[in-house]
Amino acid sequence: MPNLGSRYLGFQLRTPFVASSSPLTGTLDGLRRLEDAGASAVVLPSLFEEELVRDALALHGALEEGSESFAEARTYLPEPLHYESALDKLLELVAAAKDALAIPVIASLNGTTRGGWTSIARAIESAGADALELNLYRVAADPSHHAAELEQRSLELIAAVRAEVTIPLSVKLSPFFTALADFACCAVKVGADGLVLFNRFYQPDFDLETLEIVPTLTLSEPEELRLPLRWVALLHGHVKASLAASSGIHSARDALKVLLAGADAAMMASALLKRGPELFREMEQQMTRWLEDHEYQSVEQLKGSASQRASPDPEAFERAQYLRTLRSYTKV
Amino acid sequence: MHVCIDGNEAAARVAHRLSEVAAIYPITPASPMGELADAWSAEGRPNLWGTVPEVIEMQSEAGAAAVLHGALQRGALATTFTASQGLLLMIPSMFKIAGELLPCVLHVAARAVATHALSIFGDHSDVMAARTTGFALLASGSVQEAHDFALVAHAATLRTRVPFLHFFDGFRTSHEIHSIETLSDDDLRAMVSEDMILAHRARRLSPDRPALRGTAQNPDVFFQSREASNPFYAEVPRIVAESFACLAERTGRTYQLVDYVGAPDAERVLVLMGSGVGTANEVVERLCAAGERVGVAVPRLFRPFPVAAFADALPRTTRAIAVLDRTKEPGSAGEPLYQDVLTACVEHSAAGTRSGIPRIVGGRYGLGSKEFTPGMVKAVFDELGREKPRNHFTIGIHDDVSHTSLPWDRTFRTEGPGVRAVSFGLGSDGSVGAAKSSVKIIGEQTGLFAQGYFVYDSKKSGAVTVSHLRFGPAPIRSTYQIELAELVACHHESFLSRIDVLGRAAPGARFLLNSPHSPTDVWDRLPGRVQRTIREKELELWVVDAHRVAREVGLAGRINTVMQPCFFALCGVLPPEQALSAIRQSIEKAYAKRGKTIVERNLAAVDRALGALQRVEVPTDGPLRTDEPAWIPETAPDFVRRVTARLLAGEGDLLPVSALPVDGTFPTGTARFEKRMLAEQMPIWDPTLCIDCGKCAIACPHAAVRMKVYPEAAGAQAPAGFLAKLFRSRELQSHALTIQVAPDDCTGCGVCVEVCPAKSKEEVKHKALDMAPAGPRRESERSNFEFFLQIPELDRTRLEGSTVKAAQTREPLFEFSGACAGCGETPYLKLLSQLFGDRLLVANATGCSSIFGGNLPTTPWSTDAEGRGPAWANSLFEDNAEFGLGFRVALEKQTEEARRLLLALAERVGEKLAQQILAERGQGEGAIAAQRARIQLLRSALAEIQGPEARRLESLADDLVRKSVWIVGGDGWAYDIGSAGLDHVLASAHDVNVLVLDTQVYSNTGGQASKATPRAAVAKFAASGKAVGRKDLGLLATSYGHVYVAQVALGANDAHTLKALLEADAWAGPSLVIAYSTCIAHGIDMSQSMAHQRDAVRSGFWPLWRYHPGSDPHQRPFQLDSREASLSLREFFASETRFSMLERSDPARAARLAALAQADASERWRHYSALAGIERSVPSVETPPTGSEPGAVRSPVPED
Repeated sequence: MPNLGSRYLGFQLRTPFVASSSPLTGTLDGLRRLEDAGASAVVLPSLFEEELVRDALALHGALEEGSESFAEARTYLPEPLHYESALDKLLELVAAAKDALAIPVIASLNGTTRGGWTSIARAIESAGADALELNLYRVAADPSHHAAELEQRSLELIAAVRAEVTIPLSVKLSPFFTALADFACCAVKVGADGLVLFNRFYQPDFDLETLEIVPTLTLSEPEELRLPLRWVALLHGHVKASLAASSGIHSARDALKVLLAGADAAMMASALLKRGPELFREMEQQMTRWLEDHEYQSVEQLKGSASQRASPDPEAFERAQYLRTLRSYTKV
Repeated sequence: MHVCIDGNEAAARVAHRLSEVAAIYPITPASPMGELADAWSAEGRPNLWGTVPEVIEMQSEAGAAAVLHGALQRGALATTFTASQGLLLMIPSMFKIAGELLPCVLHVAARAVATHALSIFGDHSDVMAARTTGFALLASGSVQEAHDFALVAHAATLRTRVPFLHFFDGFRTSHEIHSIETLSDDDLRAMVSEDMILAHRARRLSPDRPALRGTAQNPDVFFQSREASNPFYAEVPRIVAESFACLAERTGRTYQLVDYVGAPDAERVLVLMGSGVGTANEVVERLCAAGERVGVAVPRLFRPFPVAAFADALPRTTRAIAVLDRTKEPGSAGEPLYQDVLTACVEHSAAGTRSGIPRIVGGRYGLGSKEFTPGMVKAVFDELGREKPRNHFTIGIHDDVSHTSLPWDRTFRTEGPGVRAVSFGLGSDGSVGAAKSSVKIIGEQTGLFAQGYFVYDSKKSGAVTVSHLRFGPAPIRSTYQIELAELVACHHESFLSRIDVLGRAAPGARFLLNSPHSPTDVWDRLPGRVQRTIREKELELWVVDAHRVAREVGLAGRINTVMQPCFFALCGVLPPEQALSAIRQSIEKAYAKRGKTIVERNLAAVDRALGALQRVEVPTDGPLRTDEPAWIPETAPDFVRRVTARLLAGEGDLLPVSALPVDGTFPTGTARFEKRMLAEQMPIWDPTLCIDCGKCAIACPHAAVRMKVYPEAAGAQAPAGFLAKLFRSRELQSHALTIQVAPDDCTGCGVCVEVCPAKSKEEVKHKALDMAPAGPRRESERSNFEFFLQIPELDRTRLEGSTVKAAQTREPLFEFSGACAGCGETPYLKLLSQLFGDRLLVANATGCSSIFGGNLPTTPWSTDAEGRGPAWANSLFEDNAEFGLGFRVALEKQTEEARRLLLALAERVGEKLAQQILAERGQGEGAIAAQRARIQLLRSALAEIQGPEARRLESLADDLVRKSVWIVGGDGWAYDIGSAGLDHVLASAHDVNVLVLDTQVYSNTGGQASKATPRAAVAKFAASGKAVGRKDLGLLATSYGHVYVAQVALGANDAHTLKALLEADAWAGPSLVIAYSTCIAHGIDMSQSMAHQRDAVRSGFWPLWRYHPGSDPHQRPFQLDSREASLSLREFFASETRFSMLERSDPARAARLAALAQADASERWRHYSALAGIERSVPSVETPPTGSEPGAVRSPVPED
């Protein structure tokens, strides 16, 4: 029977299947179910620094509204008995997950300010997280912000967090970089132990009746695999860091593809939400069968065997591919 | 321990530690005692014996007193907190508790009892009304005494078995923050006898030792039994005196049954109780130092009146006594304390224990928190010095009617050394919070004595708060507002033009102004009056742009932590570094439970504050600005110019008795003269986008967005910039429409813009109404609004008001109230006034709607061009339904009499006219107008007829036009305190309409839970989330079958609300409309008020429905008018702090309660759906007893 084990962020995972951030990883019950079904690591839901701030301001505003301005009512809501922020909840979840699970528990953080990130990262490490995933997603909407400056700031943030924690640090990237390969290498240079490709977020949509903007999050589709697949293949061997593919992995065949491209971990959320944690068990069996059928000894053997470096046709991963794809379609 | 707390907390800190049960009900100014007790129990704070007291909120004070009584029967240590009307409601139980010698303490923040008007402020009329109950009455006069006497009361009640009422002055003591020494647990243990507790417990009602209490007694023994408890009362003075002695031994603070301060050989003595004592002592010391022989005697125990102690306390040299009562008993021989003093002196003289009787006079002072100043005390002593001092005088007012008042010297001052500071803040900017924090810092960290007193506005939006702070090396006894301050702070520049901010500045004082202008520019921006005062008093002027600093640190609008360091820098009480460090500590403590962000941002504000503070060089010469005259126009009614204008100018204290109505009757329509200019942003109309829907006007909580339809020619003389468009209507051709903002009355809440559905095709953010900065538009919009008002209103008969659009063309007769910006209640009232205003009678329960509806200085209920408009009255909180029913019953009787007289006079007034009048049954504006025209003819005819019948018919003729009686109140009234009365009124067949403005909490007193509070919501008295679901008041009302019921939410479906109000009015029997009202107590952005209402309906939290009774056996009266939930309750909850804050404090409980609430909503929907399929009829509906009312509909109202 082939060995499914894979090394990711320094952890020896039983399989390459990792549950990425989703509502499933947000409860202890969900985490237990994932582990039982075969997840070899879990990434907890991302903590958004911006949300943390907004939340505190909103509560503060609501408690202060109308207070101390009318003789009959000093306030209009009782002072909360406790204040449990999203960070407190995450720290509790980290601690509880560490207690309950044997697999690595990876906490995830989306921050916007250096001070905010670093202190929160330290708290997460102290709570017992095995690793930290930094979610580097920002919408660079301000035309006065230069790309190079923003990238530099992101690298500084990674370095600052690196300096604060000793646990493995991965960085989850968005695909929207002009020179992703360069940025990925720089991220690793300043301290990232791993790269996760890519994050997916709420995107605005319009309600055609009210013409209002409505935030939506659609679950990923298998077609989305192409993007991480390409970039894992391109980066494998070029960066000294673990690579995880995320977005569009819905089956054992998808997972095999990203492993071929060079991923150390296949991260999944949408497929698990659609089909439940049991999907892991099924995929494990299918992957084992495929490896057996194709006479592979282990996942390690397979890993990166079709990356750009290992490919007989390295250009296939680059821009020209588009035209060829079209051509191939026309042939059909 | 040395702390700075207010009187309510001082009493509650003792009561909570010495009780097992506290049965409570919110009422100003006692609510904080109950709230604190509840909060402490919620966080698990135990009493002296290690158990956490059970705090239970009841449906009324009557209920609380009954629970107290029951708990006492079971031998519990029980307490309650109340005031005013609440105490009155407790009186029946108090007689029982005292009659049964059940020891307990009732803590009262003494407040005026409502008479000609409601007053939330302090006097002794409530406790004096309870003086016959058999409770012992113990009066404290300061925060320290409220703390100490609370303990004495709890200790003495157990020893005497006589229940105690411990009282202190509402607001002056209950809300004054003062540095005090607290009593330790050991102090409490030393004073409260364990044996007595066990004895009390041993007497409890128990089936193990059965006994019976509450017998009915016959003439043979009742009297003797009543006298049997005398020995217990006889012991009270001795035991209280011993308790005082014990307290003195432990704390060094000495009190007597009757305290005396002053010359041992005094000739003139003042007697009074309560907070005025501090001021009296201050004056007596000053006068004695000047060699005058005066003193003040202070009975601490008022019931049983300590006759012997009083005689002992009074110097033998006393020639004249003035007894000051803070209450009024019309028709009595004298007020209660005066009578007791008189009796005590006469009895002593008669018994020979004292020779002769001093001259004794009585006077009234301080009613409804009227200021009681050193000058007034001196005036009373001066009066006593006269050969024939006036009796039954008043002090503190100018009584030019009965000539009871004494004149006083307003410049007489007795304050000692120290720093006095006054700051003027805007509600919600944190000014009062900052002032309280400063008092605490100084009082708790410097060894100085500190006092803070806060004067609040009667408005809920744009309220001005004034903080009076005193700091000094000696105890502070000044229980009056600061008259001359060394530091005056004005937190909003706009106050300078409407409030005399510097009137209280001492010569040479420092003046701290929050202004966006630089030190070089600010002088030229100040009003001339302010410039003149600064020069004349030689004030030091300092400015800080606190709003800029607050914005920079991400706390826009909250300037407290910017102003506080500036205050400390200028008042000089603490070295700057020590002050800053103390402020930082207080911020960390105050905001710890609100997250790190809040703490960090406030600290950042503190760090930047002093850098932004700058001194202004005041030019010593140069011209002063000329101020604009006050706004009240010459054309305003006489009362407005004579009285309202003075109230608005802050000169109400100067009005003489003759200026005021004798019976509490005030003119309506005066809010329009109070131009508050609150809006920083106001809506601007784009007629090219407007679709004439009227949603902006119907949702505007302040009637500041107006919609008028008029013949195009009427707009011919419009000023440039006045906007209009063609009105889209099939009925009305060639009419113009204008949407106009009242620029000086708009609060800038933004609700109108939020509900506006008309968006630009080119740029969706641009709507038919957009918010824009108010400053640059104010002048032009002012003249536009003036012109708008001059355009005649559309004849009500031209458009039936059955659509939102048509209803909004009608003039609102409820305008510019002082409700919170974005209030969810006021749109309903305004709509009511538009639909039925000219024939509307409103009975209004006490609560938010009675405060924004009837709190002076101005009244928002107004009149139309004909002089007609809503007639409004507030009786009480608890009796409103019955009160309104009284309107209807009288109206029915009067209409019946008018019809009888008309029949009798038919021949003489004209048979045809009489028959037409009698036959009028029609609904709608046309019918009303036609009937009014007939009544005019009738009046003309009657004028020609001699005889008493014609005169009687003349007096009742107007009642032949259909009236609409509406009983209005909040959920606290309808669901709780007034529910029995409401139930009874609904059970009648009378044509009354009930409008419940349901905010799901007691809004007016600060968000306490009611039975309308939904499961999972956090409210006061439900701090950990309400565990049970809300009462379905509407469904209960449907059980009668003949009651029209509707549950509405204007923000979700305005047309539905409109329809429900019209149907309720048309229904001949009782109607109940329950209106979902968003409130700041929900913890929402009030500009989104209507969106929250929409989501409440979309989530199934608040289904819309109507129950329309009728006689058709196959009709289905229950109609579900909203759709099944399309939004999860969880999503709705996430948008409101009242639900979401539980997520932060107790996520597990939040999840559990949210799941149950979702189950409630689903189950309710299933139940309603089933009801909607049920056929039901009301056989009796054809023959209701109220047949005399014209226009009443006797059959089910058809659906349109």
